[in-house]
Amino acid sequence: MFQIFPNINVDWMGWRKPLIAVSILLLLAGLISAVGRQLTPGGTNAFNLGVDFQGGTFITAKFQGQKPSEDAIRQELQNVGVSEAVIQASTDKQDEVLIKVPLIEGDAANQTAEDAASQNAANTNQSTDPSAQIAAENQAQNNLVNAGRNKVREALNTFGKEAEGTTALTDDPNAAYKIVGTDYVGPVAGEQLRNQAVIATLLGLVGILLFIAFRYDWTYAAGAVIAVFHDVLITLAFFSIFQWEVSLTVLAALLTLVGFSVNDSIVIFDRIRENLRLYRDRSLYALTNQSINQTMSRTIVTNGLVFLSVLALVLFGGEVLRGFSLALFVGCITGTYSTIAIASPIAIWWQDKLGAAEVKRTDVQKTEQLASASRRSVSRRPIAR
Amino acid sequence: MKNSSLWIRTAIIAAVTLIGIYLVIGPRGAIDANDFTWQGIKNNVSENINLGLDLRGGSQLVMRVKTDDYLRTLTENNQNAAVLAAQEAQLPVADGSFVAENNNYQITLNLTDPAQAQAVIDAVKQKVDFSGWTESTNGNQINWTLPVAAQKVLAAQAVTQAEQIIESRINAFGVKEPTFARHGATDSGQLLLQMPGVDDPERVKELIGKTSKLELMKIVGPPNPSPVQTYPTQEAAQASIAGAPNRRVLVYTDRDAPLPASPNQPEPPKQYVVVETPAVVDGNELRDAAAVSRTGNDSDYQISFSFKPNGAQKFGDWTGKNIGNYMAVVLDEEVKSAAYIKSQIFDSGEISGRFTKATAEDLSLTLKSGALPAEIEYQEERTVGPSLGADSIRAGVAASVAGLIFIVIFMLIYYRGAGVNAVIALILNMLLTLAGLIVLDSTLTLPGIAGLILGIGMAVDSNVLIFERMREELRAGKSVAKSVEQGFDRAFITIVDTHITTILSSVILYMFGSGPIRGFAVTLILGLLINLFSAVFVSRTIFMWLLERNPNMKKLSI
Repeated sequence: MFQIFPNINVDWMGWRKPLIAVSILLLLAGLISAVGRQLTPGGTNAFNLGVDFQGGTFITAKFQGQKPSEDAIRQELQNVGVSEAVIQASTDKQDEVLIKVPLIEGDAANQTAEDAASQNAANTNQSTDPSAQIAAENQAQNNLVNAGRNKVREALNTFGKEAEGTTALTDDPNAAYKIVGTDYVGPVAGEQLRNQAVIATLLGLVGILLFIAFRYDWTYAAGAVIAVFHDVLITLAFFSIFQWEVSLTVLAALLTLVGFSVNDSIVIFDRIRENLRLYRDRSLYALTNQSINQTMSRTIVTNGLVFLSVLALVLFGGEVLRGFSLALFVGCITGTYSTIAIASPIAIWWQDKLGAAEVKRTDVQKTEQLASASRRSVSRRPIAR
Repeated sequence: MKNSSLWIRTAIIAAVTLIGIYLVIGPRGAIDANDFTWQGIKNNVSENINLGLDLRGGSQLVMRVKTDDYLRTLTENNQNAAVLAAQEAQLPVADGSFVAENNNYQITLNLTDPAQAQAVIDAVKQKVDFSGWTESTNGNQINWTLPVAAQKVLAAQAVTQAEQIIESRINAFGVKEPTFARHGATDSGQLLLQMPGVDDPERVKELIGKTSKLELMKIVGPPNPSPVQTYPTQEAAQASIAGAPNRRVLVYTDRDAPLPASPNQPEPPKQYVVVETPAVVDGNELRDAAAVSRTGNDSDYQISFSFKPNGAQKFGDWTGKNIGNYMAVVLDEEVKSAAYIKSQIFDSGEISGRFTKATAEDLSLTLKSGALPAEIEYQEERTVGPSLGADSIRAGVAASVAGLIFIVIFMLIYYRGAGVNAVIALILNMLLTLAGLIVLDSTLTLPGIAGLILGIGMAVDSNVLIFERMREELRAGKSVAKSVEQGFDRAFITIVDTHITTILSSVILYMFGSGPIRGFAVTLILGLLINLFSAVFVSRTIFMWLLERNPNMKKLSI
């Protein structure tokens, strides 16, 4: 047999305080980054939200021949009145540029809105004319939809003309670029997606909490769910610190890592439950350590493999999957870590409180009491085998 | 006995695998020799698996019917009609007003003689449809209020109507394989349109979004031979009304004014006219509309239209009484043309006003499909060009294959003989997940590929859990047969627990998530369910075969 860890015997629970301290430090760093960025005037926001959540237009433009530099594009966009564009070269495709434009209330939209307003004002003293006013407002709104793309087109046209209509870029030797992808999300849809995301995540967590409480015990459910919160928060902390973009796919990744982290906790909880029945005379503290050590080779192998698949995603998954891959990359590390450092200590700490006994390695006097306390809660439900 | 159960297991596995293979690479029609060539298999796979718009390229639009505008217009029209009906019946109604905001829609008529209230209500109700409204009288006032429940019913009707109209516009325009459906919550008024292969949705958006409300109205002013009464500013036009009821100011662009030489040159100045409301006839009475060239020039088109019998009768009566007066052709609150009535006209007319061939064709198409009950607004648009989609497929597949190859190599080195089981289970898992997507007629999207990859991760985890458990049992000195049995039994509980938790959160994702997230949830749920079969049932059967051939096996390759 080829083994990575044949027999390890580490006192994981003894390390719980330093490990929890590391988590708290990371969370604090994330909090400082988020709050600091939010409060710094003129600076970046707490999170670099994608157009999915804050609205705006995201454009992928493919160039042919000489690709203009990011600064040149930014300059041209500024010339047409878009000052807050984010321009980014695609990391995996040399000829593509990604341009993110916030919701525009540009000249066109403003003009029409003002028209509507003046019309409105003119109408107030006479019989009001809501239909005309609505028509003008609508026009303004639909201008808003196209404004982002049109502004980018206007700016990019200074570098050469766009391949028209359905002609592919390579079929038109005179064209300099073509917009190959557009994502527009309006303010209402953005808010909707944001709310939906938060609701789905919270409901998912409640579902997990109930399931673990049903299969094990409230203490374990609490441990697992707090660990999951920890993982999500730490991943978000990384997204805030490094200003990676938070998009819908990042949300999918966060939910995946919720499942993943709970998965890890359950493997260890399952082993604790089994050991509790096998070794009635040992303390919960010792049993938790033993369970973590017993499942360690599984933890290393599985998480190692998942980690490497995620690494493959980060390296080869391309720009569209970037946020997803990064979120999983961070989540996969914290997910493994939090099971040992967060979920298990919280579960046994709570058990310990319930049993009104102290967790001490060598306290033989109290083991019976502790074991019965844990049996009471953990093995309440006999497992059919 | 044991042998027969083993055969049954094997038969089940073989049957499921064959069905899976057929679903993924088999043809949907009759089998021919081509289906056994590499190219034939590739064609079948791409035909069987529905790719999402993000992978195959296309455009997706989320739009909302502005139901609040619809209710507002309805309230306004009812108010005007009510005042008119009462005045025509010579009843003492001074004026009317309405409120239309914050889910509060109310019409108020002010009477000069409260005793006549019932007479007014009767007269109004003969002409105006107030079903669903609650009426009340209060001194000099008659109020009609639209309760929230009725608002919802009317809004839902408007959305259904808009849905039908937009659908007929899409079909008439010739979008290929469109998907068009309700979106979001039931009363959100949102519609989702997906158009594969479309990478520039501007014209479709224009076409769909046009209200195309056509009205023929009388222009207030002296009759021919004086020219049309126009005003240079809106204020001047407004002032000329001087409190007269049933008047409205509209923008008018004179079609015979010289065209701007280049698009950069400013448009000719706007003019304003005053028209009488309500309209003589509107777009609902249209029978047909067509784009015709005015001068044989491609940039100078007009739209000719004809009325249904009812509309033609109304129009004929009115034109007969108004010879010499000016009439405005109003499209979406803008006067497109103004002409004086030479003689009685019954059933046809035309709209001119600087249309190109394309805009004239689109406009006649929207006119024929009917006016939208309310404007629509676009809330979301996602367009992926075919090349970007193909790149995403390549990236997703490259990442999956790289991850998979690594996993296979590792499992074979680390678990030796048992690693073969794991590899078979993994391949079967992928095959059956794709087959499941085909059975469910689900589309494979980019997040879907991510779900597939995670399903594979969970499949590997199941194998690792089982194998590590077997190793532990072997180390504890148990026999090979006992270790295999206990390894599966013990690990099974953990595997079920982990799978249920993940399936649970995926189901919640599916229920509350939107499009892309759903694609992710579906592949993950499928992958996990199939995993219980491939990683547990199939893998165990392989071990059972090994033990069957050599019941006293001393050493297991794991």
